[in-house]
Amino acid sequence: MSLVTILQHTLTGVSLGGAYALIAIGYTMVYGILRLINFAHGELFMMAGYFMIFAMASFPWYLSVPIVIIGTIVLGVVIEELAYKPLRSAPRTSIMISAIGVSYLLQNLATYLFTALPRGYPELPYLKKVFQIGDLSSSLVTFLTPVITIVLVFLLMQMINQTKIGMAIRAVAKDFETSQLMGIQINNVIIFTFVIGSFLAAIGSILYFTDRMSVNPFSGSLPGLKCFVAAVLGGIGSIPGAMVGGFILGVGETFMVALGFSTFSDAFTFLLLVAMLLFKPTGLFGEKIAEKV
Amino acid sequence: MRKSSILVFVLMLVVLFAAFSTVAAQDVVTIGVFQPQTGENGGGGFQEVLGTRYANTVYPTIEVGGKTYTIQLYEVDNKSDKTEAVTAAQNLVSKNVNAVIGSYGSGVSIAAGAIFEEAQIPAMGASCTNPQVTLGNDYYFRVAFLDPFQGTVMANYAFQNGAKTAAVITQLGDDYSSGLGKFFVDAFVKLAGEKAVVSQEQFQTNQTDFKAILGNIKATNPDVIFAPSSITTAPLIIKQAREMGITAKIMAGDTWENVTIIENAGKDAEGVVLSTFYDEADPSTEESAKFVEGFKKYLVENNQPDIIPAVSALSYDAYLAIYNAMKLADSVDPVAIRDALVNTEFDGVTGHIFFDENGDAVKNMAVIKVIENGEFKFLQNVTIE
Amino acid sequence: MDKKKLLKIILTALVTAAFLFLLFYYEQDKRKNGHALSILERSAIYAVVAVAMNMLTGFTGLFSLGQAGFMALGAYTVGILTIPLEARQNIYYISGMNETLASWHMPFIPAMIIGGLVAAVSAALIGALILKLKSDYLAIATLGFSEVIRAIIASPQFDRITNGSYGLKKIPRFDTIFIPVIISAICILLMVLLIRSSYGRAFKAIREDETAAEAMGINLFKHKELSFVISSFFTGIAGGMLAGYMGSIDSGTFRITLTYDILLIVVLGGLGSVTGSILGSFLVTAGREWLRFFDEPLFIGSWQVPLFRTGFRMVVFSLLLMLVVLFYRRGIMGDREFSWDMIFRFFTKRRKKVEISSQGGSHD
Repeated sequence: MSLVTILQHTLTGVSLGGAYALIAIGYTMVYGILRLINFAHGELFMMAGYFMIFAMASFPWYLSVPIVIIGTIVLGVVIEELAYKPLRSAPRTSIMISAIGVSYLLQNLATYLFTALPRGYPELPYLKKVFQIGDLSSSLVTFLTPVITIVLVFLLMQMINQTKIGMAIRAVAKDFETSQLMGIQINNVIIFTFVIGSFLAAIGSILYFTDRMSVNPFSGSLPGLKCFVAAVLGGIGSIPGAMVGGFILGVGETFMVALGFSTFSDAFTFLLLVAMLLFKPTGLFGEKIAEKV
Repeated sequence: MRKSSILVFVLMLVVLFAAFSTVAAQDVVTIGVFQPQTGENGGGGFQEVLGTRYANTVYPTIEVGGKTYTIQLYEVDNKSDKTEAVTAAQNLVSKNVNAVIGSYGSGVSIAAGAIFEEAQIPAMGASCTNPQVTLGNDYYFRVAFLDPFQGTVMANYAFQNGAKTAAVITQLGDDYSSGLGKFFVDAFVKLAGEKAVVSQEQFQTNQTDFKAILGNIKATNPDVIFAPSSITTAPLIIKQAREMGITAKIMAGDTWENVTIIENAGKDAEGVVLSTFYDEADPSTEESAKFVEGFKKYLVENNQPDIIPAVSALSYDAYLAIYNAMKLADSVDPVAIRDALVNTEFDGVTGHIFFDENGDAVKNMAVIKVIENGEFKFLQNVTIE
Repeated sequence: MDKKKLLKIILTALVTAAFLFLLFYYEQDKRKNGHALSILERSAIYAVVAVAMNMLTGFTGLFSLGQAGFMALGAYTVGILTIPLEARQNIYYISGMNETLASWHMPFIPAMIIGGLVAAVSAALIGALILKLKSDYLAIATLGFSEVIRAIIASPQFDRITNGSYGLKKIPRFDTIFIPVIISAICILLMVLLIRSSYGRAFKAIREDETAAEAMGINLFKHKELSFVISSFFTGIAGGMLAGYMGSIDSGTFRITLTYDILLIVVLGGLGSVTGSILGSFLVTAGREWLRFFDEPLFIGSWQVPLFRTGFRMVVFSLLLMLVVLFYRRGIMGDREFSWDMIFRFFTKRRKKVEISSQGGSHD
């Protein structure tokens, strides 16, 4: 493998990892607070893709992007309110089954509304401009994705560490009941978590699909699972961890495929997960929580 | 407690009700339409359904044994899924259909083949090109050519147009894609030498990121890329390849003749070459000329783009094959239709059709098309003896 | 009281006889009843997987999502071992079949049991690695392994064994519906016996409280592993039956959606209820066929009912599932079993308008 090829693969991997990271943060935050694997998060990401297609059909891009973000946030919060909130006191298995149910429903709904045929993703100006550096060739969005990811994660960290709502999120993640006793409006915190998760999923969706150019009803499910793995890898509950996990997965997967192990690229993801859970269950950056394993 | 008991009772009633529902009709021939209308191949399946429906409007009745029968279509959705295909095929059998048309996608056809054979119902595949569909099944026929032929055609075309090296991309777990890819490799190696296939890459179903694969291909710098795959993945491969600066000619099989690919891949789709069954600009038979005119109107009535998909033409021919076999047998009995099909010969939309000992239409010509100015343009006919 | 007992026995015998008679009646005209038979056949097969999953999730409290993978192992074993020798060359038309395997052939039942054993052995290996994990982590890890199994089956490296991407066909199909129904009945009976044994009680103890169970001297790992391996064994058996039902299989049959279907059955029937799972598997399999009319345009007079078109069926179906999950969380049967007492009580209690809430007997 020549140096150029290696560089090209690295670029691909880092860019993919950036999109993964944005989705993984949604998982990690929800899990940190509700101890719930939000299986529907991948489908939310897919729906955001369809929102963009329809928004761009009638609005210019600078209006479409906020529309997509708002639409995704609304959908995310609606899912929380309808499918998770009623089960707050139910056993964890029930709420997880509910999450699987929502993801199943969204897939079927998308198939019904938009058919199973892939839809072309609209091109945002500038983002698809192809760059050429030596023998490396790639579109702007590929370069841009990791940068945007890092900036967003930085801003998010500032918010979590500096603001009042950030403090509340940290408190709830640490101890659900005690924080309730301390007067924190749990439900508001949960909704806020879903808002952030959905917001990042929308941004991730725009970057991911602009780079991959088509959406179908099943394009969210596998990335969704992988991003959960990324979140576990980085340490569930840890936002920088989710980002690092996303990058590791993206680069690892790309090189697996590049080296001719296409068959096992998904397997690699899950084996990584099992290995991590067995040897360092708290993940790379996670705090020690005895309950996990 | 009470709620659940009521539920149980209602269920039992429903079971009984379902057990006793049957259909009977006189002077009607039923042809089962076995196609995916949802799932991965839902789009292609629907195009075939349209072709069959249109054929039914053109030939709505048949005179057999001195009686006039109305031909009725009974459509079932196999959801592009093998498990569903078994139930759907059983559904057709219990509806006592006289013959079956379908399916888009070889996998579901193979799954249903055993059931049709067991029930002794003749089945006519339209665009399923995998050899396994008809091989060893006395009741499965098809009007399309086969993948080994198609692979050879594309390899020949590539070689004749100066390609010295080729890369192949196939989908893991997909018999159409993997099989066609393999046949292309075999043929191309024969023509251009042992080392002519410089890269063979695979991808997973539902994979959307092809950059790693394409990165490898770029490094080997082939003259052509052969990427037989579903219409879901086609635009992804095309666009990502061009974005990565790969200029090699991209080629594929019959599935790619679908307008959604041009819609999704836009100007990157320009220059893509594919093999297909049929070209509307070149009506070779009388039936064909009639079909082009009538079917275009029919497409517009059904809110479809007025470009005739090859698979629609094939499913029209599949209907004609069964129609002609019934005439020849002078009977609507499934076994008689099957026996007549062996000797049936007629001029269809896609050419003169008759069947070999496996039940495959004897076809030695494929149409090669290229995407130009956002349309499929006829390029040349390739004949292989 | 004795009278009541006798009545129950008679009723059970009657229902069984009626069911067998129905099957027998269907068998008389296989062609006409093919559709109904295939639905029943599939239900019987899914019932085994559902009960096996229930044993693991409902009774032992281990949430596993690896069903599709273990079914694939069973199905491929049966496929490879039962395809007639003369058909094999045509099926392995790309790379040929492994020489040793090519000469192995056996009837369905032993092949199916080997399939179950293959699944059980793989489960033992996987279980040793991951059974320490808790609820959702275990779910994700098993789901991951299921995908790994599928990837291995489809990989070109295994072309000569599993026929990779090209799938297997010409697997002999069942001649009569009695074979799958009887095998399913035996499998379910064995699992019920296990659940009722001292092992079963240990499983339930683990589900309720691991720490307490351990304190009482139950070896956690041993019992979890046992439950996982046995559940996978029966899942493999069911996979083998699925191969016999379909006649042709490929790796795509065993995607995650298959596991979700089974999960749906278990949830609908009630976590912790064997009869619930059996009922659920029939409802889900048949329900999809009954709901087919949602997929076709519906006219009342000349007015076309909106929404009715291809794909609507699955939307309705998943909405129903969500309704069950949210408002009827315990499923049809909760964690109780069907019994004639339930039916008797239904008739007597209703008159008295005494409602026994369906939340009774909760273990949560």
